[in-house]
Amino acid sequence: MKKILNIVFLAQIFFTANAYAAPVETFTFDSPETEKVFHKLSDELRCLVCQNQNIAESNADLAKDLRLEIYTMLQEGKSEDEIVEFMVQRYGDYVLYRPPFKPMTWLLWFGPILIFALGLVFVVRFMKSQSSASQPAALSKEEVERIKNLHSGQDGK
Amino acid sequence: MDNNQNADQPSVIRRLMPLMIFAVLAVFLVIGLNNVETVRDVPSPLINKPAPQFDLPLLLQEGRLTDQDLLGHVTLVNVWASWCFACRQEHEAVKHLARNGVRIIGLNYKDETEDAKNWLARLGNPYSAIAVDYDGRSAIDWGVYGAPETFLVDEQGFVLYKAIGPINSPKNIEGLLEAANKSGYIELAELLSRLK
Amino acid sequence: MIPELGHFALIIAFAIAIVQSVVPIIGAAKNDTALISMARPTALAQFLFVGISYAALTHAFIVHDFSVQYVANHSNLVQPLIYRISGVWGSHEGSLLLWALILAAWTVAVAVYSRNLPEILMARVLAVMGMISTGFLAFMLFTSNPFTRIFPAPLDGNELNPLLQDPGLAIHPPMLYMGYVGFSVAFAFAVAALLGGKLDATWARWSRPWTTIAWSFLTLGIALGSWWAYNELGWGGWWFWDPVENASFMPWLVGTALIHSLASTEKRGVFKSWTVLLAITAFSLSLFGTFIVRSGVLVSVHAFATDPTRGVFILGFLIVVVGGSLALYAWRSASVVSYGRFTWFSRESALLLNNIIFLTAAGAVFVGTMYPLVIDAFGAGKISVGRPYFDTMFSLISIPLLLLLGIGPVVRWKGDNWSRIAKNVSIMLIASLVIGLLLPFFIEDQLNIATGLGLAGALFVALTTLKDLLSRMRQSARIPLAYAGMIMAHFGVAVFVAGVTVTVSYDVEKDLRMEPGSSYDIAGYEFRFQGTRKVKGENYIADEAVIEVWSDGEKTGELFPQKRVYSGKDNPMTDASIDKTFFRDLYAAIGEELEDGAWSMRVYYKPLVRWIWLGSLLMTIGGVLAVSDRRYRQAVTSRSRQGDDKASVMTSA
Repeated sequence: MKKILNIVFLAQIFFTANAYAAPVETFTFDSPETEKVFHKLSDELRCLVCQNQNIAESNADLAKDLRLEIYTMLQEGKSEDEIVEFMVQRYGDYVLYRPPFKPMTWLLWFGPILIFALGLVFVVRFMKSQSSASQPAALSKEEVERIKNLHSGQDGK
Repeated sequence: MDNNQNADQPSVIRRLMPLMIFAVLAVFLVIGLNNVETVRDVPSPLINKPAPQFDLPLLLQEGRLTDQDLLGHVTLVNVWASWCFACRQEHEAVKHLARNGVRIIGLNYKDETEDAKNWLARLGNPYSAIAVDYDGRSAIDWGVYGAPETFLVDEQGFVLYKAIGPINSPKNIEGLLEAANKSGYIELAELLSRLK
Repeated sequence: MIPELGHFALIIAFAIAIVQSVVPIIGAAKNDTALISMARPTALAQFLFVGISYAALTHAFIVHDFSVQYVANHSNLVQPLIYRISGVWGSHEGSLLLWALILAAWTVAVAVYSRNLPEILMARVLAVMGMISTGFLAFMLFTSNPFTRIFPAPLDGNELNPLLQDPGLAIHPPMLYMGYVGFSVAFAFAVAALLGGKLDATWARWSRPWTTIAWSFLTLGIALGSWWAYNELGWGGWWFWDPVENASFMPWLVGTALIHSLASTEKRGVFKSWTVLLAITAFSLSLFGTFIVRSGVLVSVHAFATDPTRGVFILGFLIVVVGGSLALYAWRSASVVSYGRFTWFSRESALLLNNIIFLTAAGAVFVGTMYPLVIDAFGAGKISVGRPYFDTMFSLISIPLLLLLGIGPVVRWKGDNWSRIAKNVSIMLIASLVIGLLLPFFIEDQLNIATGLGLAGALFVALTTLKDLLSRMRQSARIPLAYAGMIMAHFGVAVFVAGVTVTVSYDVEKDLRMEPGSSYDIAGYEFRFQGTRKVKGENYIADEAVIEVWSDGEKTGELFPQKRVYSGKDNPMTDASIDKTFFRDLYAAIGEELEDGAWSMRVYYKPLVRWIWLGSLLMTIGGVLAVSDRRYRQAVTSRSRQGDDKASVMTSA
């Protein structure tokens, strides 16, 4: 029974999110800069309902409400940081598609460069070990013959 | 992972490294699988913080409801709407709690007043008061992103727990129970455990 | 009846797959010809029965057999035939059957084209592929049976998700699977080599064509997905860094490293351990992708309906296959030694650096995709990692990559000197930087480093690639297909990067309220809204807007964006309309009807967006060309008998 409740709840969220028509609003902005900030914020905030889209692309009611909220706050003169703070206070870090930079996410932001550095370290060590190692001794004629025979023997199968 | 020229072979650690990395990954995948049911739940940043300020009209009477009205008594703030299927499913549980003395305040979320009233008439009204959040603006302050959701608020107005989805789902009963016990609301915990 | 036949065929295929997995590999260990010779027949038989099973499911879709639950869930009476056929792979169970079919097909291809392979190697390769087949067939039979019946059979089914009713869908998953599954061949070769303890240049020559074809399919599959999303979804987006998209991109990145590493192993006998590990990793990431889509551990728009049992099964399978092969690697890779030597500045070191860069890229995608899960596992809350993260990382990674791509191909094997290269390359580098950084300056009147570097990188790669081609053509009239393939693929990268840079930097998006008769200007194009009309499709009704596009006083095109309502679904769906040319797209999608017959709509100007898929197509074709080179069809026997002078024979421990 409880499982059904969960499924129903989730399904209902899914149905509200299932409208694929492009969400289009006709806000007018004071300046192109404000419009740019609006688009940037809508692109970088996650829709909590569908969770697979940013609020710019989501057709969910909540996304619409949040876009309106952003617009209103921009009209009131709030800054981009203030709006982000507003959202995080209510929905947590989850709402940010651009993960915040804090100790918990250091590994995330520095991860790739660490991987690259490790890779370079490996390359350097490999190159060094290669140049310090000696060449294999030249094979004698008999050894070459033996190798040829081994090859043909196996490939005959 | 090493093309060492000498007869010394790549160290055991080097060769085991890929496997070890995979083992760590596998552990996380197992944990992830365990959490599949809550993968879409967004944790609330309001926990242990004061409930958001609000000032909304009442559904069934004249007058308004504000956050001040939450003080003085432990409360469940239940976000619901007539268009919400799962709200119907949890309603019996909500009524059960109300019948046994739990104070439950309803937040009617993005709903038409007539629809809401009809819904209550048909299914019963467990709420001591119902605030109408027609445009959902106040709900945003609560971090609401769907219905039903229920907030456990203590007598000083601090949010103790947010139940996402029906209040009587196993995870929510667990969570509410734990929060109630931690803050010493034994009777409430008692009632909640009976919902299982 | 027929669904039962399909189910039965699947069971038989499963049994055969078990035989295919076990018998030849024992035969290889004991050098028993009789057991080894079971490999090919079992592979063929398995393919036959999986094929019968697949045909049965397709048949059920075509004749509207709603007593089969899977058919009832993903098809209805008015669904067009093509989407009944493609609907077979539209969801979990059916797509698994497609996976199994494609895997069986690749296995047969290897069985047929392996006459020149040593029998023991062939036996091991087919056996390993058989093990993978066994896993997938078991997965279906025990948790995800496509042939489950429902009683009573409904009179009509649920239609296939309208988003999936598009030609792009019809092709995208099969192409993708051809790629994912194709990497199993490289994987099988790698495991077989580890088992046999022999890994020489000839092994690389055999593995290479299979890997390259798989890579080409994967490139095409991913590009199709992107192209389809752009055409279908109405937001002008073509890549969303969704976990499942990432799950297809990671094998591609590792696969790209793999084909380059294989080239080095074949030509110079170097990087053997690397190559084996990359082959294992590429396929492991394919399986990992399968896990992500079907287990529900990550929130994704692509995820199939999830069920914990299924997740557990795939995870178990993943642990066995990946864990097993990596354990084998730990055990046996000590015996895989390379004898090639090369200096700090050589083609080999460039390719080694290439491996590092691509692995870093794959690592970035992996870290970004998995980080939320790890944080949540530690109980530290939930975070999201989205486009801003991945875009940043890839912008950074592309700098060394494009630089290397321009320089690497002209560096000599074994050792080269910097001054020779510098002479060759520095003029083009400087020219690219100058032009690249100046162009945005002229367009925007300000310095835009990111755009400038992107353009410079693309230009640099294009120039160096062309120059290399020209000098090669001057040297000899005949150009090997393999070389032509490389040139085309690298040039494709340049085209791709140019497309991405320009579109991302200079696209224009506008949300408008338009009344019939009004017009709006974007980027020199005038969009004139004429009004809307009702149209009827095979299984939908739509409001269609008519928008004329005028430029320089002449009508250059017309757009017909629609808002469709499919029978059987209440929610409307956008069908965007696109006016495409080589250099730009004009894109319109309608939102809602407002008062007075006005409509909200979104219009886009997207410069060079087509280059994104053109570049991908060039990469794909490049791969195909490379594989068609005659030398892969030559009797490999004669070369291998003499032994490549670069090869090293390694006796097993």
